[in-house]
Amino acid sequence: MNTHATDMTATTPMKMATRDVHVFYGKKEAIKGVDIDIDMDNVTAFIGPSGCGKSTFLRTLNRMNDTIPSARVTGTITLDGEDIYDSAMDVVQLRARVGMVFQKPNPFPKSIYDNIAYGPRIHGLATDKAELDRIVEKSLQRAGLWAEVKDRLGDSGTALSGGQQQRLCIARAIAVDPEVILMDEPCSALDPIATAKIEELIHELRGKYAIVIVTHNMQQAARVSQRTAFFHLGDMVEYGETSELFTNPKEEKTRDYITGRYG
Amino acid sequence: MSEAAAMPAATASGHKAQTDWKSAAMRKRVARRYAAEKRFKAVGLMAIVLSSLFLAFLLFVMVSNGAKGFQRTEIALPIDFVTLSGGASPESLKGNGQDATLASLDIRGITSAAIESNYGEEGRKIFARNAWVEVREQLRDDPELITQNATLWLSATSAFDRINKGDSNAELQPIFEKVDSDGNVRSVFNLPFLTNSDGVDPALVGIWGALKGSLMTMFVTLLLAFPIGVLSAVYLEEYAPQNRWTDLIEVSINNLAAVPSIIFGLLGLVVFLTWMDLPRSSALVGGLTLALMTFPVIVIAARNAVKAVPPSIREAALGIGASKVQVIFHHVLPLAIPGIMTGTIIGMARALGETAPLLMIGMRAFTATPPGNLSDPSTVLPVQIFLWSDEVNSGFVEKTSAAIIILLLFLLTMNAVAIWLRNRFETRW
Repeated sequence: MNTHATDMTATTPMKMATRDVHVFYGKKEAIKGVDIDIDMDNVTAFIGPSGCGKSTFLRTLNRMNDTIPSARVTGTITLDGEDIYDSAMDVVQLRARVGMVFQKPNPFPKSIYDNIAYGPRIHGLATDKAELDRIVEKSLQRAGLWAEVKDRLGDSGTALSGGQQQRLCIARAIAVDPEVILMDEPCSALDPIATAKIEELIHELRGKYAIVIVTHNMQQAARVSQRTAFFHLGDMVEYGETSELFTNPKEEKTRDYITGRYG
Repeated sequence: MSEAAAMPAATASGHKAQTDWKSAAMRKRVARRYAAEKRFKAVGLMAIVLSSLFLAFLLFVMVSNGAKGFQRTEIALPIDFVTLSGGASPESLKGNGQDATLASLDIRGITSAAIESNYGEEGRKIFARNAWVEVREQLRDDPELITQNATLWLSATSAFDRINKGDSNAELQPIFEKVDSDGNVRSVFNLPFLTNSDGVDPALVGIWGALKGSLMTMFVTLLLAFPIGVLSAVYLEEYAPQNRWTDLIEVSINNLAAVPSIIFGLLGLVVFLTWMDLPRSSALVGGLTLALMTFPVIVIAARNAVKAVPPSIREAALGIGASKVQVIFHHVLPLAIPGIMTGTIIGMARALGETAPLLMIGMRAFTATPPGNLSDPSTVLPVQIFLWSDEVNSGFVEKTSAAIIILLLFLLTMNAVAIWLRNRFETRW
């Protein structure tokens, strides 16, 4: 059932790889054996109908599922060849290396500056105030928010508009210098203009970070990603080049989904 | 098929008569609806008015009774110090020799003599028994008096004080009228009420001992119940696994909050006094006992406050690599603090007004000196009120009301401070 992607990604440096990953919530199997490779140069999109397990799978990639007591993960997931579920892997450092942007913008109820500076502070990434200031400025610039907020870094992060809040969250993830950024439906709570800005930002960040984005919006997957994986009922049905998958799907289920038969 | 279902039934059938919104039955229904609304509003308003009346009545009775408790009666007493003291010099009443000179002078005798010469035999009944102490203190403050024929204002007896405040007393009425018409009676603010402690003479008792006892007890309670309560709540919410044991603990804590307070008094009696042999009647044991009672209230409030912190904030912090402890101390607790404070205010206010458990651990003992440290025998405001309300001497009635006013002021101050603190934390975010 699964289309192995190893052949396609042979040319680009591979960042993360999963082999035979199953996720259980209690007795219920939410993910049924997923093999996928995520590389540095491409944006990978996960699509599929609601409840298909795409978000669950995304959250296994930085072990956010650890916070759910009933969740259990089997199989191997590697980051640069290291097993992230190995006891030698520190989950706190893993989450700094594999950052996450959530469905609803969730800035801390603190100042814009403190939102960005929090990560570098707890990981000791800056030795003095000047360096921290530089990290904050660089992160906001990368997230395309600097021009809008540079005069009011002391204002509360929650006072920004929804789209700005989401870019603040992206800047916050960038600030701890991650290698991979996971985005869980980052635009589902935003209006079309804010969505366009986030998509533009994803284009700019491509190549600097390995990016994985979960979306239920197929047009968005087509616009922002180079690789797309289609999930259905816990299975990864098909994984390939985005242009290929949307124009010439190999699987019947993928075809039905992208043509709007169900979803 | 689905289109037909979506359309209103009336238009789908075509022939159904239009609803007559102006028919008599319809009008009646509307009128009934409005009437029901009016009735409900009236009942609600009545409930508010009634409870406001109760509150106003309570405050009025307390303030009108208690106001007298803050007043005391003084009587003018001319004392011819030159003759009576045998010519002591003002210099000997200054500096180091002051106490010795004061002790050598028979001030008690001087005062009695002055009372007798001015008011006769009945003078004994109108001047407080320790009025001579006031003479001594006034001499201490102003040694020059010793060379003068001075008039001092001294405390009246409780009975005389009562007449001045409107009570009738067949025995002393004539002398009161005589003294009063001479302009030798005055009412002053009863400052000693705030600085003295419990006593036998209602004219001389004060609230300070009980107030200090309450402060010390609350201090012990807060010091124990707040950290233990908050830490328990955080552990239960953030770390404890969801199983039968944690369910049992949760139910137990909720039940503990509903246990009658006298049971906590018995617990304190057995655990702190019998087993641990801590000092009886002390603020320490009182504080420990009230901490047991306050702790579950704080745990419940803190758990709810921690639970109310949006999961998205936790996820955001975890998502950039904060450890669990960092999530709790950097994000969850700061957001939960206002809620925790609210619970603490409620718990502490309840503890401050608590009498029953403190009776069990002996805090009802007569304590005429304010406690010097946590292990000294002490009493607290509500127990003091209880003790005074039980006194036969009618002079204690107004003192009881005055003590209630002090207790309420203490409560208001404590709550105001806590609310101010809470608002400070809220605006920081």
